[in-house]
Amino acid sequence: MRIPSGCAIAAVISRTGRRMTGGAIMEAMKPMHDRSNGLGGGFAGYGIYPDYKDFYAFHMFFDCRDTRKKCEAFLKESFEVVKGELIPTRKMPEITDEPIIWRYFVTPLRSVLADLQLDEKEFVARTVMKINVEMNGAYVFSSGKNMGTFKAVGFPEDVGVFYRLDEYEGYSWTAHGRYPTNTPGWWGGAHPFTLLDYSVVHNGEISSYDANRRYIEMFGYKCTLQTDTEVITYILDYLIRRQGLTLTEAASVIAAPFWSTIENTTNSYEKEKLRYLRTVFPSLLITGPFSIVLGFDGGLMALNDRLKLRSMVVGEKDDRVFIASEEAAIRVMEPDAEKIWAPSGGEPVIVTLKEGAF
Amino acid sequence: MGVEFIYPEFEVVRNYDRCIACRVCERQCANEVHFYSEERGVMISDEAKCVDCQRCVSLCPTRALKIVKSDSTLRENANWQNDTIKEIYKQANSGGVLLSSMGNPKPLPVYWDKILINASQVTNPPIDPLREPMETQVFLGKKPSRIERGKDGKIKCELPPQIALSLPVMFSAMSYGSISYNAHASLARAATELGILYNTGEGGLHEDFYKYGKNTVVQVASGRFGVHEDYLNAGAAIEIKMGQGAKPGIGGHLPGAKIVGDVSRTRMIPERSDAISPAPHHDIYSIEDLRQLVFSLKEATQYKKPVIVKVAAVHNIAAIASGIARSGADVIAIDGFRGGTGAAPTRIRDNVGIPVELALAAVDKRLRDEGIRGNVSLVVGGSIRSAADVIKAVALGADACYVATAALLALGCHLCRTCQSGKCNWGIATQRPDLVKRLNPDIGSARLVNLMTAWRHEIMEIMGGMGINSIEALRGNRLMLRGVGLNEKELEILGISHAGE
Repeated sequence: MRIPSGCAIAAVISRTGRRMTGGAIMEAMKPMHDRSNGLGGGFAGYGIYPDYKDFYAFHMFFDCRDTRKKCEAFLKESFEVVKGELIPTRKMPEITDEPIIWRYFVTPLRSVLADLQLDEKEFVARTVMKINVEMNGAYVFSSGKNMGTFKAVGFPEDVGVFYRLDEYEGYSWTAHGRYPTNTPGWWGGAHPFTLLDYSVVHNGEISSYDANRRYIEMFGYKCTLQTDTEVITYILDYLIRRQGLTLTEAASVIAAPFWSTIENTTNSYEKEKLRYLRTVFPSLLITGPFSIVLGFDGGLMALNDRLKLRSMVVGEKDDRVFIASEEAAIRVMEPDAEKIWAPSGGEPVIVTLKEGAF
Repeated sequence: MGVEFIYPEFEVVRNYDRCIACRVCERQCANEVHFYSEERGVMISDEAKCVDCQRCVSLCPTRALKIVKSDSTLRENANWQNDTIKEIYKQANSGGVLLSSMGNPKPLPVYWDKILINASQVTNPPIDPLREPMETQVFLGKKPSRIERGKDGKIKCELPPQIALSLPVMFSAMSYGSISYNAHASLARAATELGILYNTGEGGLHEDFYKYGKNTVVQVASGRFGVHEDYLNAGAAIEIKMGQGAKPGIGGHLPGAKIVGDVSRTRMIPERSDAISPAPHHDIYSIEDLRQLVFSLKEATQYKKPVIVKVAAVHNIAAIASGIARSGADVIAIDGFRGGTGAAPTRIRDNVGIPVELALAAVDKRLRDEGIRGNVSLVVGGSIRSAADVIKAVALGADACYVATAALLALGCHLCRTCQSGKCNWGIATQRPDLVKRLNPDIGSARLVNLMTAWRHEIMEIMGGMGINSIEALRGNRLMLRGVGLNEKELEILGISHAGE
C-alpha cells in the first residue's frame, strides 16, 4: 500500500556552523499550518549530539517494553551501546498515543565488521533495514552520527514542542508537515525519512514510485513505510554512498534533464556524463511532483522535480540559507532574508558548511 | 467421395444488382475463387477456395461483394465443435499434420484485457503532452553495475553497446521469404523514419537493405540461413532465435516453392530446396553452449553489437531467462503463445507455450529477485495489439515490445491465416511477383509510420494521465496497473493488485 500526500517543508543551515536551537524551524512551520492536516510532522537536526559525535544515534519507536528489551539484546550482539535512554518529551493534549521513544548511541564492533567484510556504514544500514523489516513493533527512524530526526503524528509545530526541540542546538534543521490523504496513524510514516546521516523531507507524490521501489530493492533496501519518500532516501543513499556520485550527479539522475536538454549541452564531458547517467540509471528517475530537502553530514540539498510541479523558495541572510515551500516560512525565520528565489525544476541547490566550520 | 467432403467455411455473397461483371475480383484473387461465365454473362464463384482475405471485397468498385461465414453447420455440440470435427475429417483425408498461420485464435485468456491502467486525480497532477515534454526514448542493453572514475575524478562514460529506440516498440522477426521484398522494404524504411528497429528473421538480409542497417536487427537462427560476417556487422543488433511463441520447440520450414531468385541468394541455399531450420541449434544443447554462441557473435562483431536472445514463453521461462541473463546476452526477447507465424503445425500453435503477460511478470520478478535485472533488457512480443498493450507491458517490466501482426495489418493483412499457401493477395506473405507488386513500399512504409506515430501519441497521453513524463518511470511500475476479474494466483504472478484495492 502507498499513501499519497501533500505537504510543507522548511530548512535552515548556518554555513559557518553556528548552532541554532530548533525554535526557529518550529516557528517556520506555523504560517504553513494549512499545508499539513495533523497526521504527521517531523524535524531533523544536524550537529545536535556533539558529545556523542563518533557514535551512530539510533532513534527508535517500540510498541512495548518487551520489544525494546529484545531489540537491545539484538543490538548488543554486534554493537557497543554507549548510552540508551528515553528521548525527552513533553506531555501535551495535541500529541497522543505515543509509542515508546528511545535513543541509543552505538558503534559497530570491529570484530563483527571484519567477520562480515563490510564497511561500517554498510553494516549500520543493513542493521537498520533488518530491524525495520524483521522486528515487529520496533522501528529505527534515525541512524546517523551527530544528527537526529524527531517525528510524530500531529501538526509539526506541536511535534517540535513535544520533542523539546528548543533545547537542542544544531547547525542545520529541516522540517516537514504532512497532509496524507489516508493514514494509518502511524508515527513511522511521518517525515523526515532517514538512513545513516541522510534525511529527506518531501512535498509531493511521485508517479514513478513502484518503478523506483522495485529497482532499489534489488540492492538490499526494503521499503516498509507505505510512503514514497522512503524510496527517495534509499535512492540517494545508493547513488551517493554506494555508487560514489556527487550530490549534483545524484540530482541529475533523479531529476534527469530531458534528452533534448542533454543534446543541447555544450560542455562535451558534461553532455557525455548526463547521457551516461540517464542511460545507466533509468529506473531511478523520479517523476511526478516533488520538492525535497536532503539533509546530510555537513550540508543540505534542495531539489525540485524537473517540471517544478511543487513550490519551493530559497533565501539567504548572512551565514544562513533558508529553504521552504512558501516564502512566508522563510520570513518567520528571518524577516530580513535576502535574495529570495525559486530554483528551477531539476536544479539542485547545495549548501555546505565552510571547510572546518563545524 | 462424399465422406471426404467438407462444406466450405465461407460464402461469397454477390449482389447481382450491383455487379457490373468488371472481373476485378477475378484478377485480384490468387485463390481463383471468382470467374466469369460467358454462357450466363455473370460472375460466379467457387467459395470452397475462399480464405476470406477480403481482397475482392475491398477492391470491388460497386461494393457488390461480401464474404460471410457459412451457416451450413454440423449439429451443435459443445464438446465436438465444428472446427474440431472438420480437422478430424481433414486429417482422415490427408494423414498429415495440420498447418496454420498467424497467432493462436483460440478463446484463451488475454491478460492485457483484464488489466486496467491508472490516472492521476487531485493529489498528483496529470501532465499534458501537448504542453509539456513527454519522453518515450529507450535504450536497450546491459547497464554497468558500478560507476567508475578516472584518475582525474571524471566518470568513465563507456557503455556496453546499446540499442536506441524513439519509442519502446520494434518490428519483430519476419524473414525475407516468408514475407515479400516489398513488405521488407516497407518495414525497413518505416523503422528508419521512426527511429526504431525491424528484424530480418531467419532469411538473411537482401543486399538492397544493407543501407537500413542502423535500424535492423539481424537474426541468427538454427538453420543459420544467410549468416555471414558482413551480415552480422550490417545491423544495429544481432538476435539469436532460440524459439518462437507460435511454435515453441520446433524449427521453421519454408517450402522450396518460395526459395526462388533473390530469396535463394539471400538465404545462401539452392533454389527450390526446402529451407528447414532444425528444432534446436545443433551447437546449443545447454546454457553454457548459448554463452559460447553469444561470445562468438560478439567476437565476430568486435563487441560493438548488442546480442538479443529470443525465446518462446514456456513453463519454466523465469529460470531460462535467469540463465540467459548470465550468458552475456544484452537483451532477452520473450515471445508469447499468441505470437504470429508464417506457418506452424496447428496443434503446436494452439496448445504449446504460455501467455506472454505471465511470462514477462515472472521473468521481470525473477531477475529482480536475483539482482540481475540491470544485466539485460527485456523485450516482449506475442500479440501486442495496441498502445495500451505496450503501456501495460512496460508497466509490468518490459523495456520494449515486439510487434509483427499489427505491422502486417497496417500493410494490408486481413488475418485470413493462410500465409502458408504463399498466395497472399495483399502482397505480403508471397513471393509471386504479380502479387508482391500489389504492396507499394511507399504506401506501406507511410502506413507503418502512421500506425506507430498514432501509438506514440496514445502512449504519451496515457503516460501524461498517470503523471509520468518519461517512459523509464513507467517501466516495472506495477502500481499503475490493476486487475479485473483475475483470481488471486493470477494477480500474484502478475504482481498487481485487483481493481478497488
